[in-house]
Amino acid sequence: MRKLTSFAAGLLFGLGLLLSGMANPAKVIGFLDLFGAWDPSLAMVMVGAIGTALVPFSLAKARQRSLLDAPMQLPSKRELDGRLVGGSLLFGVGWGIAGICPGPAIAVLLSGHWQVLLFVLAMLGGMLLFSALERRRSC
Amino acid sequence: MTIDWGNFTPWTALAGGVLIGAAAGLFVLLNGRIAGISGLLASLLERDAEGRGEKLVFIVGVLLAPLLWVSFTSLPALEFQSGWLGLGVAGLLVGIGTRYGSGCTSGHGVCGISRLSPRSIVATLTFMAAGFATVFVLRHLLGG
Repeated sequence: MRKLTSFAAGLLFGLGLLLSGMANPAKVIGFLDLFGAWDPSLAMVMVGAIGTALVPFSLAKARQRSLLDAPMQLPSKRELDGRLVGGSLLFGVGWGIAGICPGPAIAVLLSGHWQVLLFVLAMLGGMLLFSALERRRSC
Repeated sequence: MTIDWGNFTPWTALAGGVLIGAAAGLFVLLNGRIAGISGLLASLLERDAEGRGEKLVFIVGVLLAPLLWVSFTSLPALEFQSGWLGLGVAGLLVGIGTRYGSGCTSGHGVCGISRLSPRSIVATLTFMAAGFATVFVLRHLLGG
């Protein structure tokens, strides 16, 4: 049952990304071009998404188990550290270069554009690089 | 700054956002999980990650969304802004940055802000600022 709801949520998430305009890199860059001709559309995406998700998340925070009796796995970290800020800076630079972030990249991966495939392979490579660096750190 | 009214699509953007928020809300209420794409993808790269099957089907759902989409209308046009080198560098930065920063636009920007997490608010402000700065440099300082 939980696999089914997970699949349905993923499908809905992907449809939302396609409808929102986030899938088109030029549209994302138009939003990030604050000092040029600015397209505020993606601010509306955030308003719609956060406005809708606020209530479910406040209900979730008050529960120990999900409605389907899975453990409620909300992040517990609190500290604002260099890794959070440094990592987000790197992510933001990459996002600004290509206009692609992980969600939309997956939502259009099967559309047959080599650009998306290259981006996703490089992104997975970056994640593997992080894991390798972390393993060395812990040795 | 000038507003690009010609490309501004407030209603589809808002409606798309509502679907994204509804999906994230359902996922946390039903499955107890955060719909953060970078985190879910990273778990798929680990052999013994917790709840790997559930995470995989979420990603498969996102992957297959275009198939459902095309039964209603044609896929949105994709206009790429960078060549192979830019895409490769960008992908690498997004991959490593989202791991160090523990999340991306979906995990921090949507889910994290919705649960009022200070870490996610800081992360979102940081990657947005970095994105604005990067486009400013590439488009207005170097590009012209």
